[in-house]
Amino acid sequence: MDSLLVIENLTKAYGPIDVLKGVSLTLDAGQTLALTGESGSGKSTLLHLIGALDQPDGGSVMLDGVDLAGLDDTGRARIRRDRIGLVFQQFNLIPSLTVSSNIAFQARLSGRHDPEHCAMLARRLGIDALVTRYPEELSGGQQQRVAIARALANRPALILADEPTGNLDEATGDAVLDLLLDLVRETGAALMMVTHSTRLAARLDRRLHLSRGSLTAAAQGA
Amino acid sequence: MLYTALSTLFSHWRHHTGQLAALVMGLALATALWSGVQAINAEARDSYAEAAATLGQDRLSRLTGPNGGDVPLADYIALRRSGYLVSPVISGELRLGEARLRLLGIDPLTAPPEADPPALQDETLDLAAFFTNPGLILMTEETAGGPLPPGLPEIVISDTIPPSAAITDIGTASRLLGQTDPSYLLIAPSQPVGLPPLALATDLHLQPPDSAADIGRLTDSFHLNLTAFGLLSFAVGLFIVHAAIGLAFEQRRATVRTLRALGLPLRTILISFGVELAGLALFSGLIGLILGYAIAAALMPGVAGTLRGLYGAQIPGTLGFDPIWALSALGMTLAGAALAGAQALRRTAALPLLAPANPRAWATASGRAMRRQALVALLLFGAAIGLALWGGSLLSGFATLAALLVGAALILPATLGLILRLASKSVAGALGQWLFADTRQQLPGLSLALMALLLALAANIGVSTMVGSFRGTFVGWLDQRLAAELYVTVADSDEALRLRAFLGDRVDAILPIASVERPLAGRPGEVFGQADHPTFRENWPLLQAQPNAWDDLAAGEGVLINEQLARFADLDLGDALTLAPALTLPIVGVYSDYGNPAAQAILGLNRFTDMFPDAPQTRFALRLPPADVAGLATALREDFGLPTEAVVNQTQIKRFSLQVFEQTFRITGALNVLTLGVAAFALLTSLLTLAGMRLPQLAPVWALGLTRAQLARFELARSLILAALTFVLALPVGLCLAWVLLAVVNVEAFGWRLPMSIFPADWLRLFLLALGAAALAAALPAWRLARMPPTTLLKVFAHER
Repeated sequence: MDSLLVIENLTKAYGPIDVLKGVSLTLDAGQTLALTGESGSGKSTLLHLIGALDQPDGGSVMLDGVDLAGLDDTGRARIRRDRIGLVFQQFNLIPSLTVSSNIAFQARLSGRHDPEHCAMLARRLGIDALVTRYPEELSGGQQQRVAIARALANRPALILADEPTGNLDEATGDAVLDLLLDLVRETGAALMMVTHSTRLAARLDRRLHLSRGSLTAAAQGA
Repeated sequence: MLYTALSTLFSHWRHHTGQLAALVMGLALATALWSGVQAINAEARDSYAEAAATLGQDRLSRLTGPNGGDVPLADYIALRRSGYLVSPVISGELRLGEARLRLLGIDPLTAPPEADPPALQDETLDLAAFFTNPGLILMTEETAGGPLPPGLPEIVISDTIPPSAAITDIGTASRLLGQTDPSYLLIAPSQPVGLPPLALATDLHLQPPDSAADIGRLTDSFHLNLTAFGLLSFAVGLFIVHAAIGLAFEQRRATVRTLRALGLPLRTILISFGVELAGLALFSGLIGLILGYAIAAALMPGVAGTLRGLYGAQIPGTLGFDPIWALSALGMTLAGAALAGAQALRRTAALPLLAPANPRAWATASGRAMRRQALVALLLFGAAIGLALWGGSLLSGFATLAALLVGAALILPATLGLILRLASKSVAGALGQWLFADTRQQLPGLSLALMALLLALAANIGVSTMVGSFRGTFVGWLDQRLAAELYVTVADSDEALRLRAFLGDRVDAILPIASVERPLAGRPGEVFGQADHPTFRENWPLLQAQPNAWDDLAAGEGVLINEQLARFADLDLGDALTLAPALTLPIVGVYSDYGNPAAQAILGLNRFTDMFPDAPQTRFALRLPPADVAGLATALREDFGLPTEAVVNQTQIKRFSLQVFEQTFRITGALNVLTLGVAAFALLTSLLTLAGMRLPQLAPVWALGLTRAQLARFELARSLILAALTFVLALPVGLCLAWVLLAVVNVEAFGWRLPMSIFPADWLRLFLLALGAAALAAALPAWRLARMPPTTLLKVFAHER
């Protein structure tokens, strides 16, 4: 089976600092992968390159057979819109829209809005009573559930989560992660999650460790 | 400690140079427009005062004839023989075509020293030549260089005479003006001991000294108008300042909190903010002064033209420099900065030590504040309606305008919020919904700039509607009023007789234009004699008239008056009007008389000639077939020998009148454009300052699948939507403004009321201009967004960690 995501020899530098030094990895559809590493190791940069949010200096990122490095701004936007679900540590909901509009936003952008699917996600995430509220009226845990629903509403092939529980207390974080993993498995999407926590990382199918821009030798083979 | 606090807080500007520039520019622009207008006003008022002082009008009591008319020569002689120290003055105007010269004939031998014009104290002046025929006439070089009536004696240049005025001996003035009776008598302050008071010795009317010359009073409304515009511009400028200061203070909340946590007293921090604000205000004020002087100097010729055209006031077209003006303008800047910064200072003073530093607090003012503003706005609208209906004075007219404009500005954010809320609910697409919802969320941050835009647009619509209505009415009125084909001026009565003979049957009618200056209902005025002719019966623009008005006029049994006299003196049809001591007639009609500040009355020509036999009949309106006009004009110049400027055809007069009209409103137009420019700048600064704060809201949308170019287009669309909505709301405000100007302010200021016309084509032009201004203001932030590196957007996610 072809891998959903194939990264080969990826490099990225910000000025004189080499953030990624030839990273290679693969991720199959339906797989979950935890990416750990110390602060400044390049985890978020790698996630941004996979999410078509930034362009690499070298190497390639193939998502579903499409080389992201070869896309222009419009092409990268289309990939983000259609194929990727993003979950940020700070939730990054759109403050001017209600919860239901936030959940449906990306799906509507890509023309794949399914109100029943959105309603199911809200129900599963326990936020169906909050759909008319605005983000500022929600707690952190509730906001992150909305963000997860938004990421999944589009039925993306790949979910990228950057420290999704980093801003939540341990109990809430665990609950949110449970829901995320359940829903990812149910929808068949692949998940790549950046985290500092080895405890949380252990709950995913695979674990990679990034250190100073390179995946460790043991992890490379994982 | 103060230095530490000041340098720490001031370091903010090193990283926010654009914000600093907005603050400085806002204050400078506000100061510039305000001080510019004040410089113009001060210059004009100085000119009036100088004119009054130079002609000795302001320091001495005077005697005038009954009803303010001329003093019979016999009365003057009787007073002198009784020992009273009075001095005769003959005052009048010489005209030929466009040339006008205000002439003052004095008697230096009897004039009290207080009334002695400085020009006569010049040792080089040949006083003997001044007294004796043909005499001398004193005027400025500028006046001497302009068009002058013929027949003047030798001209002596003097810098102390007002523009377009001249001083000569009373004998010379009597000859030039064809007037033997003094216009008034100046009274020496000290009279011989033993004489009874003057008031008991004569029936003449005693007028006390008047430091405020008539022209000063007449032009008060114009200067009030300018001041109102200056104040509006100043307020619009302060919107920018308020926005910039508010943002800077909010952005430094975290610094303030840290400084206080480190032990710096709140008092020191507040003093530091005050010192910083004062320093910036002084710096910006100085720039504003320079700009203001430049604006005033550029507008001064236009203002001089306006005052000349509208009021006959003569002021120089150049500008002097007055330190008092500079200091008061700087004071205004400081006061404005204090006003704009007061809220931010108050918030800082009330900031709890442990309050979270929320950089968006400034931009997310609560809906409650908007509702409060809307309530105040409704109260102001109520006040505006009350003032418009029951005010009845010029001041209340301007108060109506102020209440209307401030109310409209205050209610704008709530109204826009409501419209955007409805729009976001009614659109189907995700992006459309987001666009309207997000625009609504930006309102608090943009509301000040949008208020400024609303004020500028409403002022523009209001004033252009007023001017357009005026222009339309004025052109129609000119067509009626200037029905004759040719207007001719001759030098004297003999030439008038020869002219009649020359014209013979070359024309259909010769209609004399005879007039005398007479006070009417206690105001300076002019009485005209009008022949009974179909030209007038068919064309004269009567606003109201009794059924047999023209017959009564022809029979000398009634009088027509102009609208301003009717309004100022509260006269109506059938009321009696005294034109001379022995002549009181009922008013049989009221006619429109736009552009003339003075009271005016029309008498049948025969009755006029009986009452004022000395009034020169040297001007004539000629009726003839239009095809013959050019030939007759040539014949009058070449065969009869009239100077070129003495023969004017109807088209020339209309063109000249329209030029005067256009000149009159040029200054208003210029201020309108400047105010709109300031509002656009306010929008630009607000958008620029908001742009940096918007990234946390835009970055997620970008991450979810929009390109930066799309986001930039949405940002542009957002500005256009807001500008368009603001325009739509400014339209009714502008029309109300126009109504108040036409129905309240104009009536109080000038004495005439005009029908209101609407000009949709002008609105469309202004709408496009507003969109253009909004697009220009949004272009830079949008362009920056479109070119923004993804790493900058990604920092949003990283920064928040």
